[in-house]
Amino acid sequence: MRVESEAQLAEAVRDAGGALAVRGGGTRPVGRCLGEPLEVGISGITLYEPGALTLVVGAGTPLAEVEAAIAAEGQRLPFEPANWGPVLGAPGTSTVGGVVAANVSGPRRVQAGACRDSLIGTRFVDGRGQIVKNGGRVMKNVTGYDLVKLMAGSWGTLGVMSEVAFKLLPAAPSQATVVIDLPAGAAQVALAAGLGSPYDVSGAGWLPGHGAVVRVEGLAESVAYRAEQLRKLMEPFGPVRVEEEGSAAIWQSLRDLEPFIGKDGDLWRLSVKPSEASEIVARLGGEVLLDWGGGLIWALLPEGSDARALASPYTGHATCMRGAAGVTFEPEPAPIATLTTALRAQFDPKGILNPGRMG
Amino acid sequence: MEMPKPKEDLLARKPQIIARLREVLPADAVIDDPSETRAYECDALSAYRCQPLGVVLPRSTGEVAAALKACHELGVPVVPRGAGTSLAGGSMPQADSVVLGLARMNAVLETDYTNRFIRVEAGRTNLSVTGAVESDGWFYAPDPSSQLACAISGNIAMNSGGAHCLKYGVTTNNLLGVTLVTMEGEVVEVGGPYLDAGGLDLLGLICGSEGQLGVVTEATLKILPKPEGARPVLIGFNSNEVAGACVADIIKAGILPVAIEFMDRPCIVATEAFCHAGYPDCEALLIVECEGSPAEIDEQIGMIRQIATRHEPVEFREAQSADEAARIWLGRKSAFGAMGQINDYMCLDGTIPVSELPFVLRRIGELSKDYGLDVANVFHAGDGNMHPLILYNANEPGQQEQCEKLGAEILKLCVEAGGCLTGEHGVGIEKRDLMDVQFEPADLEAQMRVKDVFDPKWLLNPAKVFPLGASASRRAS
Repeated sequence: MRVESEAQLAEAVRDAGGALAVRGGGTRPVGRCLGEPLEVGISGITLYEPGALTLVVGAGTPLAEVEAAIAAEGQRLPFEPANWGPVLGAPGTSTVGGVVAANVSGPRRVQAGACRDSLIGTRFVDGRGQIVKNGGRVMKNVTGYDLVKLMAGSWGTLGVMSEVAFKLLPAAPSQATVVIDLPAGAAQVALAAGLGSPYDVSGAGWLPGHGAVVRVEGLAESVAYRAEQLRKLMEPFGPVRVEEEGSAAIWQSLRDLEPFIGKDGDLWRLSVKPSEASEIVARLGGEVLLDWGGGLIWALLPEGSDARALASPYTGHATCMRGAAGVTFEPEPAPIATLTTALRAQFDPKGILNPGRMG
Repeated sequence: MEMPKPKEDLLARKPQIIARLREVLPADAVIDDPSETRAYECDALSAYRCQPLGVVLPRSTGEVAAALKACHELGVPVVPRGAGTSLAGGSMPQADSVVLGLARMNAVLETDYTNRFIRVEAGRTNLSVTGAVESDGWFYAPDPSSQLACAISGNIAMNSGGAHCLKYGVTTNNLLGVTLVTMEGEVVEVGGPYLDAGGLDLLGLICGSEGQLGVVTEATLKILPKPEGARPVLIGFNSNEVAGACVADIIKAGILPVAIEFMDRPCIVATEAFCHAGYPDCEALLIVECEGSPAEIDEQIGMIRQIATRHEPVEFREAQSADEAARIWLGRKSAFGAMGQINDYMCLDGTIPVSELPFVLRRIGELSKDYGLDVANVFHAGDGNMHPLILYNANEPGQQEQCEKLGAEILKLCVEAGGCLTGEHGVGIEKRDLMDVQFEPADLEAQMRVKDVFDPKWLLNPAKVFPLGASASRRAS
């Protein structure tokens, strides 16, 4: 079933006879998707004020449409959302609601925050079919509990979003990437040096064919200055060069996991304490990409691998993004699981919204 | 401001309640002599005061858990308190409650520059978090005006902001993990030195929940390397509208200063009289601060000068030295003190869409005349977070009530303009009964169901945030 208005969405949830598999564009088929498909097609920009850096948009609006509209005003979504469709083998049209439901945050997360940090408001339909709004369209808002954050990354299990509002940022006119020729296992120390510098690094990762990569963005002269400072800072770690023209392509490749597209194997995502990255990479084996200064490890492992067992011990959590092996989301410690279960029971007492999707 | 009627049986059982707390806590961690508990009868919303049954001052997470567990068993409400600087009455006691103060828990537990975090006990003051890392070139970004005094626990409870959050975000954007003690006394670790939640984002839910979901005893905070330098400019205009338009143009031009502060004429006049910062005689002024290397700052300020020139400013003053920079900030940082010299004041913090600034300022001016009370405006213009200061005389009968009515009108105006009741101070008791201006009953119900999960008996800071009528049945059970 496809719904195209909030009223239709509320009715669909109220009338549901059983489980609903909530989806936007279907480009993030992570975890179990059981039940009758419910596609959120509530589309269109409700409000866009470039001078206030704010955007309100229907949850089913294609991400590409939003990005084009704000790019025309020289602005962007700060968190650099990834397109996981190709790597997950799920062609389709990514929607902003899907981006929020999965809290998809790209390389700029280290500087500008995650999707949830740019999300300033949402309207959603809970499991009772009740319409709820939280947050709003202003950047600073502490009025009542922050259900906006809770909805981001809840994978449609607490409510089905009909509308989302974002804080935007000016798009940087210029960027450059400092590339250091280093193996993945040695990258984290260099990345930490970059992120610990005063040069306002907006990306710090590692990808095959390049090595460790550190990005700066901003006004042209400022970018040139900071890239040169970083180049000098990185010299002790290995051979260094500054990439200007090829910079954007490097970060798109890392963001969308291009080196893994079309390759067999299980895809895992590990969010960890950055300083543990080198040891985890060594224990995992397989192909890896690093983002967030080593705090995010993407690993392509042989089918059936249990990345949690291989990587242990680690501080953080691992998610199986593609593959048959085991549990998709990291099992939660008992006190957290108790709270999580009780929250789900409050938002979705019948247990019909994407049941079991988050384990 | 109405508070729920205290439960008589709790008042009557005070000796037993205090005795039980003394059993589970060290002797000097419990006070109940009214001469000692008086210090806790209010926070920075000092027009409202109430003596609690007692105050506990634990030194560890274990002691916090013991105190909460005991109060839970006895059915005693608990009001958590950081440094007591809430402008919204967030830590104001009720007569049948125990105040749990975190001031003794102020240690730095871990500093980690490789992973860019600091872990502290949550009673530590905001500024002393930066103090612990600044000699190594780092800082903690959220900077509420009260940062010298306010505690991290309170910052987390209210999701505090500050002047520099246009670039760096508010508390929730700089918080990586907490140790939370539930009302039942259970210790829960949420988040940690990694960047996102493994499951539901409980951390995002806890931050800003005004001490109603649990007591945060330890926090893992993101720290940032200090920029190479910073420099403010001051731009004076002869109308609020033009100053507002200049703010929008700066933002649209793709410059992101770390701060854009706005002061209107009443505020300029008052601060000049108070601290002689040398501000121009004009209707409105902006303070815009840029960061980076000297050359980067020059580039940004050059662009800002171009934009401002189009709006024909009466003055464009660029700081040429640290001393001049300090003078530009002096009036802004003294604004609240200056108002306090003139009269009592009530400080609101509704947020509006930046585009509505001229309209809202004009309406506030009209309302100010209608009520016969002066209002000065000083606020974070880049993000639309207003700070109207209503001046009144508390000793004159009826003026406080008039002031509260005017405050409510201004906050309703903020909501009507597309904004919200509070941008960084929190709801507390102050804005509790205005919540239904912004929210439908179903919106509030969804929030209250969250409290049902963390605190089923509604014992933690129960008379805050939600209109008393809306929360009555839950608090009674």
